[in-house]
Amino acid sequence: MESIIEGFRKAFVLIFSLNPELLSIIFLSLKVSGLALIIATAIGLLVGTHIGFGQFPLKGMIISIMNTFMGLPPVVVGLFVYLILSRSGPLGFMGLLYTPSAMVTAQTILAFPIVASLSLSAIISVDPIIKQSSMTLGATPFQMTITIIKEARYGIMSAVIAAFGRVMAEVGAILIVGGNIAGYTRVMTTTIALETDKGNFELALALGIILLTLSFIINTILHMFQKKGKVNR
Amino acid sequence: MSLRLSVSNINKNYNGKSVLRDCSFSFDKNEIYILIGPNGSGKSTFLRICALLEEPDKGQVKFRGGANGSILKNDIALKRRITLLLPKIGVFNTTVFNNVAYGLNVRGMKSREVEDKVYRTLELVGLNDKRDQNAFSLSSGEAQRLGIARAMVIEPEILFLDEPTASLDPHSTTIIEETINKLRKHNRLTIIMVTHNIFQAKRLADHVLFMYDGGVVDHGPNREFFEKPKDERAYRFITGQMVF
Repeated sequence: MESIIEGFRKAFVLIFSLNPELLSIIFLSLKVSGLALIIATAIGLLVGTHIGFGQFPLKGMIISIMNTFMGLPPVVVGLFVYLILSRSGPLGFMGLLYTPSAMVTAQTILAFPIVASLSLSAIISVDPIIKQSSMTLGATPFQMTITIIKEARYGIMSAVIAAFGRVMAEVGAILIVGGNIAGYTRVMTTTIALETDKGNFELALALGIILLTLSFIINTILHMFQKKGKVNR
Repeated sequence: MSLRLSVSNINKNYNGKSVLRDCSFSFDKNEIYILIGPNGSGKSTFLRICALLEEPDKGQVKFRGGANGSILKNDIALKRRITLLLPKIGVFNTTVFNNVAYGLNVRGMKSREVEDKVYRTLELVGLNDKRDQNAFSLSSGEAQRLGIARAMVIEPEILFLDEPTASLDPHSTTIIEETINKLRKHNRLTIIMVTHNIFQAKRLADHVLFMYDGGVVDHGPNREFFEKPKDERAYRFITGQMVF
């Protein structure tokens, strides 16, 4: 028990002294996850909107597949990206393995189905009367699409935040494709795993506290959006 | 030249059930037409087809309004000259002001002009004090007035109203009817409205159309129609003898 209390004490010292190593790890984590989130949101929103508005065969099956992919095991994604980017893989010539770019790729694959699927569900749940009202007021099909996306904005924001929560907490995929190289591909979650293995609990606990705080902030924002969406309905 | 609507031999089926059968009618401009009839007679479907929200299975909807009274193409330019107020107002999740400004914004109107028009319209329907509120906070009567304001602000040449006072209390109904009367006074537009309320039809209509079983079976100027309906079913309907 004493060692745990001591670990927490040292962790808080690291946090409040703005330890440079700690800061660089946090910065890289936010950079990788943020970039992955931007890419996943751009593609996911486009795909979600397209499926939401489109009428085509196998639409139901595509939605089911996307929903299944929301629960993709990170290690499987890591393995898949590793095989693609490894020297003998189809994209091996790009030399991306064990770089932040590989980590962004893996996290984008993990975040994409969450953004696409939850955005799609937000768009589908917009009252059909909104579409008709928009048409009767003279909107073009494009303006009508934008209107529906605006109406689904709280659901879409929830999707983006949920995806951010997932990629920030993810460890398996980035460990495989990033290699956990100090000062280069080492992020919060992989550092926690490594430092725990080494018995160096101060840094691991400090990062754990920061991750939990971030997760709390993310969930609070998510809750606010969901509440706002419900209140306004 | 203002729009003139005529429909000929409109047919519509839903899931194999015929809802409209060979419906034909020509509407004069700047008049208020009220469609009455029992439930399931096809009034709302007829209105939605006239307002270009639905396609008929057979028949034609023609709008004349070119310089020489020519038939207009069914495109966005034509659709922007008419509007339909649905029985359930699809309120956008934004302020009352933005809801009313929507139709002007999609037409690319300058923001100064939008502001002027929206304020004037909100004043007319008595919602100016609520302009910055979220539209979801409005009561059903106020939401209906918002719907009228959204339709009015774009100054349509033909305004279609589908049961605009259904489920409203008498006070809200009076406000909506007064607004329709103001529209009649100040704007040159044709109003085509569905209602279940015969007394409302008597109060507002220039011309009444009675629909039964998917067709317009009787019509005439207000007084003439209510005093001497030509069709037996219309007579039974307006005298309350028709059993639904």
